[in-house]
Amino acid sequence: MSEAQSEQVLRVDAYPTHEVGGYRVRAGKPFPFGANVVPGGVSFSVFSDQATSMTLVIFKRGEPEPMAELEFPEEFRTGSVFAMTVFGLDHENIEYGYRADGPYDPVSGHRFDARQILSDPYARLIAGRDVWGVEPDYSRGYQYRSRVCLQDFDWGDDTPLGIPAEDLVVYETHVRGFTRHPSSGVTAPGTFAGLREKIPYLKELGVNCIELLPVFEFDESDNPRSNPETGEKLFDYWGYNTVSFFAPKAGYAATGRYGMQGDEFRTLIKDLHAAGIEVILDVVFNHTAEGNEQGPTISFKGLDNATYYMLTPEGYYFNFSGTGNTVNCNHPVVRNYVLDCLRHWVADYHVDGFRFDLAAILGRSPDGTPLPNPPLLELLAFDPVLRHTKLIAEAWDAGGLYEVGNFPAYGRWAEWNGKYRDTVRSFLKGDPGVTGELATRIAGSPDLYSSRGTSASVNFLTAHDGFTLADLVSYNDKHNEANGEGNNDGGNDNASWNCGAEGPTDDPEVNALRTRQMKNALAILFTSQGIPMLLAGDEVARTQQGNNNTYCQDNELSWFDWDQVDDNAELLRFTREMIAFRKHHRELRSTSHPTGQVRENLGLPDISWHGERAWQPDWSAESRLLAVARCGTGDDDVVYVAMNSHWESHDLELPALPGGRSWHLFADTGAEAPHDIRTPGSEQELDNAGKYLIGPRSVVILVGRTNDPDRFDTP
Amino acid sequence: MTLNVKERRNKTGTVLVATGEINSETSGSLLQALLPLVREGKPLKIDLTAVTYVSSAGLRTLLVVYREAQHAGVAVTLYGVSEEVRFVMSATGFLDFFETGEAAAAAAKAKAKAAR
Repeated sequence: MSEAQSEQVLRVDAYPTHEVGGYRVRAGKPFPFGANVVPGGVSFSVFSDQATSMTLVIFKRGEPEPMAELEFPEEFRTGSVFAMTVFGLDHENIEYGYRADGPYDPVSGHRFDARQILSDPYARLIAGRDVWGVEPDYSRGYQYRSRVCLQDFDWGDDTPLGIPAEDLVVYETHVRGFTRHPSSGVTAPGTFAGLREKIPYLKELGVNCIELLPVFEFDESDNPRSNPETGEKLFDYWGYNTVSFFAPKAGYAATGRYGMQGDEFRTLIKDLHAAGIEVILDVVFNHTAEGNEQGPTISFKGLDNATYYMLTPEGYYFNFSGTGNTVNCNHPVVRNYVLDCLRHWVADYHVDGFRFDLAAILGRSPDGTPLPNPPLLELLAFDPVLRHTKLIAEAWDAGGLYEVGNFPAYGRWAEWNGKYRDTVRSFLKGDPGVTGELATRIAGSPDLYSSRGTSASVNFLTAHDGFTLADLVSYNDKHNEANGEGNNDGGNDNASWNCGAEGPTDDPEVNALRTRQMKNALAILFTSQGIPMLLAGDEVARTQQGNNNTYCQDNELSWFDWDQVDDNAELLRFTREMIAFRKHHRELRSTSHPTGQVRENLGLPDISWHGERAWQPDWSAESRLLAVARCGTGDDDVVYVAMNSHWESHDLELPALPGGRSWHLFADTGAEAPHDIRTPGSEQELDNAGKYLIGPRSVVILVGRTNDPDRFDTP
Repeated sequence: MTLNVKERRNKTGTVLVATGEINSETSGSLLQALLPLVREGKPLKIDLTAVTYVSSAGLRTLLVVYREAQHAGVAVTLYGVSEEVRFVMSATGFLDFFETGEAAAAAAKAKAKAAR
């Protein structure tokens, strides 16, 4: 007899005690919430504080009408939790939901409507949007159907990778967009399985963490707009409009039509881990897909509106998210909901961390005022299950709360550093008066994170929201006409520069400058202290034709065009080598901010600033040239990065090196490929040890080291 | 949709031929048929040529058989996995656990080639 069989013992709770609607039932267990398979049946548990009665609605899978409606007997209620075990259900072939009855009194916050069938907030799977883009049958009364799911995935020996935050190289991407393009060549384009086939590409690129745009179930068809030029339907492509927080999006799975999206997503994560790549999910707890007073009732609104949403004294929805409603994150019940949700993704999906969309909202009280000590943020920071996950805040919201550098961190939270993005973009453009702030940003923003260390700063130049890197150097203005909002959507403050022509051009000089500017951006990003984040496709100059808000563009504007891997091999190689370079140089990944203190082993400070003359940086407003030299402890090499955003070249005097070291050239973005960059460890010694001519709008990276080939560390 | 199973024994072990769909309704009987064969300790082949669909519960049942076989030190091979079933098993990771007939044949061929 195997171990599994020996555990099959008789249990008292495997027997029904009641009969409801012809089904044998017994009181369920209030915890855990949701639908859980128990001996002989399924235990359903749902919370509603103000409901006067609750009914479980069960469908045979795919049928329009319910097969059963079972009202919870009064004795099955514990506190405000309704729990019932129903026996004899084929858990794989049912869908379920709830009808909650109670007061309809919006001024008091209550919007109960027993005519509506509601999704379970804890549903592990959702049916109804099984295949991406399939036109929904709106005649059905229940669109987003909760499903029962076994949590028995065989993880083998998969464990969290636990990559130290400072060693991360984050790659932000979209599950569908990464492989949906016809050029992707994968078996199942646009799915978790398709992404899994591209793991070798990610590994070769050198990233060790992917950050996925929302993967919780959302409804891509909830966008009513169409493209004004082509008439094509627009989608909610990005998915920042969660329908169900515990369920992976079925439309992202090749097996979603079979309800196997959970297994498919877990398999992707397991294989990413095996390749040394962590997974961070972009999560949206600031609002839901239920919208405001005019929006649909899907789940929370009908179960317990006053608990889950921030409401004005008149019962309207506060809108700090810019999307109609705001989740009442610091209500004690909602705090637990968020915690349960994140624990679920860590424990049951082995997710390594989270990036929180508009996270400033997570620090607001139920009436919207910012809390000095937000209990939700503290709870997440110290939770035992989440203890070693990465927590990254988008530290602002649409209500005007801007907390970059001030986000309540509890020693745990990192932030998307919007100031890094703005400063480096401005410098690259050639704006005056930026050099001083550039120094602060590339040193890990000590002005913002002095007590938190450099890895509190997630450095990025581009993200899904805004221009791609190629567009940043090709457009002065956004071109969002295809979004159907008269080009009024998307940010206007892009700090972009088109290099002399708006959009595509045949001018070889403009194109050469654009390539150089992209390399400059990548060179600065990967030599800055803090966690670098790369937007997928920037390594091959992915363009969105100037659209800086492609939230609704499920087409080639958004998708990764794999032909560009060959077409832009020069930029791809540059990016790979820059990532490799970062991995080889610990001084770039130091967790503590540099102090200028002299390293005893080298006689050089940990960081020093230079201009045309060594040791003489020019901090004046008209200065567009800055060089930084870093050295670490032990036998580390010295890394010198000169950044010139001036349209003229400059003669650089290089600082003298101690201990038999000499300057070796790693990268010069002003040089023609393949001389623009080298493989780390094969840098070429400079002929003229003390000088280097840096070209216009160029970045030069030198390594001060000995010529002893055995000196080179492997990462 | 029902599932029919037939056993065929030969010198090298036992072959179980399944016909139909493997889902939550039919996987119980499949498990009942397979577990005694696993306990016999002889190599077991599961022929899925005539299986048109394997649901989530079906895949789990096959994995339970695999784990039982591993516990008993018995080799289990899947044969005749259709393209559709193979795709689902591959996308959901279940295929990684099993030795399939095609893979086994390729390995044997490679071994023979190496021996030459």
